[in-house]
Amino acid sequence: MSGDETREGSVRTPLYDCHVELGARMVDFCGFAMPVQYPGGIIEEHRHVRSSCGMFDLSHMGEFEISGPGADRAVRQLVTNDSLALVDGQVLYTPMCNERGTIVDDMLVYRYSADKWMLVVNASNIAKDAAWVREHLPEGISFTDRSSDVALIALQGPEAADVLGEWVAVDEIAPFHFTETKIQEHSVLVSRTGYTGEDGFELYMGNRSAEPLWRLFLKDRRVRPIGLGARDTLRFEAKLMLYGNDIDDSTTPLEAGLGWTVKLDGEDFIGKDALLAQKAEKPSRRLVGFEMVGKGIARHGYPVFCEGEEVGHVTSGSYSPTLEKNLGLAYLPRKLAKKGTAIEIGIRKRRVPAVVVKTPFYRRGTS
Amino acid sequence: MKPEELLYTRDHEWIEKNADGPARVGITAFAAGELGDIVYVELPEPGDEFEKGEDFGNVESVKAVSPLKMPAGGKIAEVNTELEDAPELVNQSPLDKGWMVKVEISGEPEGLMDLAAYEEYLKEQS
Repeated sequence: MSGDETREGSVRTPLYDCHVELGARMVDFCGFAMPVQYPGGIIEEHRHVRSSCGMFDLSHMGEFEISGPGADRAVRQLVTNDSLALVDGQVLYTPMCNERGTIVDDMLVYRYSADKWMLVVNASNIAKDAAWVREHLPEGISFTDRSSDVALIALQGPEAADVLGEWVAVDEIAPFHFTETKIQEHSVLVSRTGYTGEDGFELYMGNRSAEPLWRLFLKDRRVRPIGLGARDTLRFEAKLMLYGNDIDDSTTPLEAGLGWTVKLDGEDFIGKDALLAQKAEKPSRRLVGFEMVGKGIARHGYPVFCEGEEVGHVTSGSYSPTLEKNLGLAYLPRKLAKKGTAIEIGIRKRRVPAVVVKTPFYRRGTS
Repeated sequence: MKPEELLYTRDHEWIEKNADGPARVGITAFAAGELGDIVYVELPEPGDEFEKGEDFGNVESVKAVSPLKMPAGGKIAEVNTELEDAPELVNQSPLDKGWMVKVEISGEPEGLMDLAAYEEYLKEQS
């Protein structure tokens, strides 16, 4: 039984051998050989993160360094959220939009200082984002794509703080803040961020530090390795966006329910005018959550019907291991985008009843 | 069901041989392992008829939907309704509690592998 569905030319992260050693099923993801699951399976991995501490290899993500005098203003122009409000050592989640107000990518923005920033972007968009950012940075601001030099390990779950706390003063790191420190002589940037809906940390390091630190954390009996399969079910329950599914260059943050990341009453940024206009008219569609009422699993791309008419499509849908239900996200016309609206999901030949529900489906501490 | 009591398809379905009445059909442990955690099984209704090789339903893992193909043509006599609320039975007990349908076939299933041939086939897969 082959555990490897990667293609020739899939880039290996520094942790590839570790994954194979652990019996991971490897797949190609955006040109990277990544573990989709380990032998225990996706559901067990998912539940382990919600109850204990899971460890993820996220080295495929992109990291850009932006520096120089005025870098803070340059970054502010690129993103919708108020990055100028950050202090040194703080992190911000934000979309990056084009002039039409639709989303080029969503990302985390790290402020080291007024003159030094890091953007952490989706693996699927590294080349696109690098070209976009380069094109829109003013003269005198330097841009470096550090993606292939930076490895990334995440520890996520209610026990992540205890696990990492043996090596780092985690009590001094507030959510959405970061610190630069050393773990056993390895330089690491530790941020209290994550993509699971749990407390957790993302550790950025040089490629050569990845394997030693991965093995170090694996010695902790609370830590289990987690693949991309569970990464997706975890973020989905917490209604965290997946670029390419829930958001893309045809959707605006206002339509996606990300209005809280769009600061329209301050500095200019790319897409501000388009988003001001859309806000004034109210978006014609909204991303909502739904729960299956009939039997079946809704998946990306399936059509959504209301009173017999096709009104939208599923962006993300899955069995939810924590809630033990089949759930989904879909864009619906504004009038239908309310809790309680009865819809039907087209699953092959059937139309299966579902109902619009509030999101996020899961909040930390409720499992 | 014991592995030697079954015949196998190249798509890793099994069917009971020498059945007394309608023959049980399911998927093998290999197939269930490849799928990972099974979260939904879509099955037909009693009375539905299928040709050999025709899709009669789907088995869904967290990540994917996989069709189920009939090992032999016939009419569905019974469907395992336990799988509605407990699809994980297919992972836990693929040859037994995880059976999917019972099918009325005329004569013995043809063109299928016995256990020894299936095990050889599995070796070729890896």
